[in-house]
Amino acid sequence: MAAGDPHVSWNLLADLGDLLRFPFMVHAYAAGTVAAVTAAVLGWFTVLRRQSFAAHTLAVAAFPGAAAALWLGIGASWGYFGFAGGAAVLIGLAPGGGNRRFGGSSAVVGLVQAGALAAGYLFVSLHGGNLNGITALLFGSFLGITSGQVVTLTVLALVALGVVAMIGRPLLFASVDPVVAEARGIPVRLLSIGFLLLLGIATAEVVAITGTLLVFALLIMPVATAQLLTLRPGPGLALAIGLAVASTWAGLTVAYYTPYPVGFFITSITFALYVGAHLVRALAERAGGAPGTPGDVAAGTRP
Amino acid sequence: MTVLAAATPALGDLLAYDFMRHAFVAGAAIALASGLVGFFVVLRAQVFTGDALSHVAFTGALAALAAGLDPRIGLFAATILVALLLGVLGPQGRADDVVIGSVFAWVLGLGVLFLGLFTRNHSGRNSTAGVAVLFGSIFGLDAGQTTVAAAIGAAVALAVVAVARPLLFASVDPAVAEARGLPVRALGLAFLALVGVVAAEATQAVGALLLVSLLAAPAAAASRLTARPLRALALSGLLAVAGTWAGLVLAYLVPRLPPSSAIVAVLAVVYLATVALTREPRRGPLH
Repeated sequence: MAAGDPHVSWNLLADLGDLLRFPFMVHAYAAGTVAAVTAAVLGWFTVLRRQSFAAHTLAVAAFPGAAAALWLGIGASWGYFGFAGGAAVLIGLAPGGGNRRFGGSSAVVGLVQAGALAAGYLFVSLHGGNLNGITALLFGSFLGITSGQVVTLTVLALVALGVVAMIGRPLLFASVDPVVAEARGIPVRLLSIGFLLLLGIATAEVVAITGTLLVFALLIMPVATAQLLTLRPGPGLALAIGLAVASTWAGLTVAYYTPYPVGFFITSITFALYVGAHLVRALAERAGGAPGTPGDVAAGTRP
Repeated sequence: MTVLAAATPALGDLLAYDFMRHAFVAGAAIALASGLVGFFVVLRAQVFTGDALSHVAFTGALAALAAGLDPRIGLFAATILVALLLGVLGPQGRADDVVIGSVFAWVLGLGVLFLGLFTRNHSGRNSTAGVAVLFGSIFGLDAGQTTVAAAIGAAVALAVVAVARPLLFASVDPAVAEARGLPVRALGLAFLALVGVVAAEATQAVGALLLVSLLAAPAAAASRLTARPLRALALSGLLAVAGTWAGLVLAYLVPRLPPSSAIVAVLAVVYLATVALTREPRRGPLH
């Protein structure tokens, strides 16, 4: 995939120089780092709120956005963020969309998702049907990231993280116990829509690296891995960010030296970490120190 | 995929082409099976499972292609196996969102690897095969594939009708059904296997990525139109078939419109229409 048929010399400095020789790799590392940090923070709330299906849908919505942007000849970033944001509002406003345990709502989410993919396929078909382009949009490609895109990704990530820092506490409260939060006067529904919008930004960032279909690799898996190892929010969040960034760097590096897509390597690395965390947990439980049930972060957030 | 012989398609010639006849027959069988299975998928809140299976279908088909086999072998083997696996792993045959999501992201990643392997080994062909699996190629079915698709669709539909009553009971109130002696867990597993078969079959029609609309839209629309579960089940099957046929006609009349996009668009319009027509959702089985 990379130019000049590179190979690993195991001389670390030489390899590093080789990796960063091309601007596209520097851009890929920068964009990947930004996306991984944003994804881990928003992913942490997503797992807490059990909205991973909605996250997947937002990522899927980015695909027609990018396809439409290609068809109309405007920047792909506009398409990514516009469509992911639009889908976030749509899911948030849909009847029962905020209610996560409602069977009908997952049908609505699924419909939005399939509709988005069908529209994306239509746009690519209207554009003239470059089928390799579809594969890159769906499964990620780190070759085409420009310095302008890196700037856009960084600015949007800073905005999203800033908003999370501001609404973090009420959002945590509303996520853990929506009924009590509502009674205390916290605008739960507004927070829910706001969170979906932020999640839209985060997924659009990840989509730029892993492609539409593999966002779980950076958005959910590092968080799920971290939560298997610790239930305390602070260390858990830090661990999730660390895992996401490390996986992205490792995936990009391996992809540079092999002819296979980066999406495969990032998903495989984060999935291996997730399975490894399950094993560690199983061993710890056998030793007697069970740190609680997986996914029950609420237990760790209460004073 | 949508290469049409006629430059200006006339509605009268609709059934003059073999590929259109094949698409109508296979499409009806696949849609009927999807609509019936989809009703229970929505009722049991397993839309996410159906979605995960459709992604597995992609990897299965490309693994078979990379190994030089018929993609259908990979499709069915992968979806049924993973459906059963999800059923065994999850409590009461319902797996956790994060577990399913993580597994299917990795499975898709594997699919991309197989796509890479296949593309490298068959340098003459580009990633058309991958796109066909993802978005379906219902206008590309030959007579043999149509027969197989129709037979499997009919078999799945019959199976769903046969277990409809106990499955309904087990889905709505698993605890009471268990107490009455119904094999709830076995039913759940058998049902997931059926979803696996449908996922593999529907992949040929609308593609792995659009499968979820064929599963969810008719069921969600039907449940808004009637409160009685068995009537909603039948209606869900009918709506799926009608929507698929309407989509095929639409794709035939508008050559640039891919058939799978047309089918999804029609199904979405049907659902939105039911939402608009029935202001207050009735106390149906899904509400």
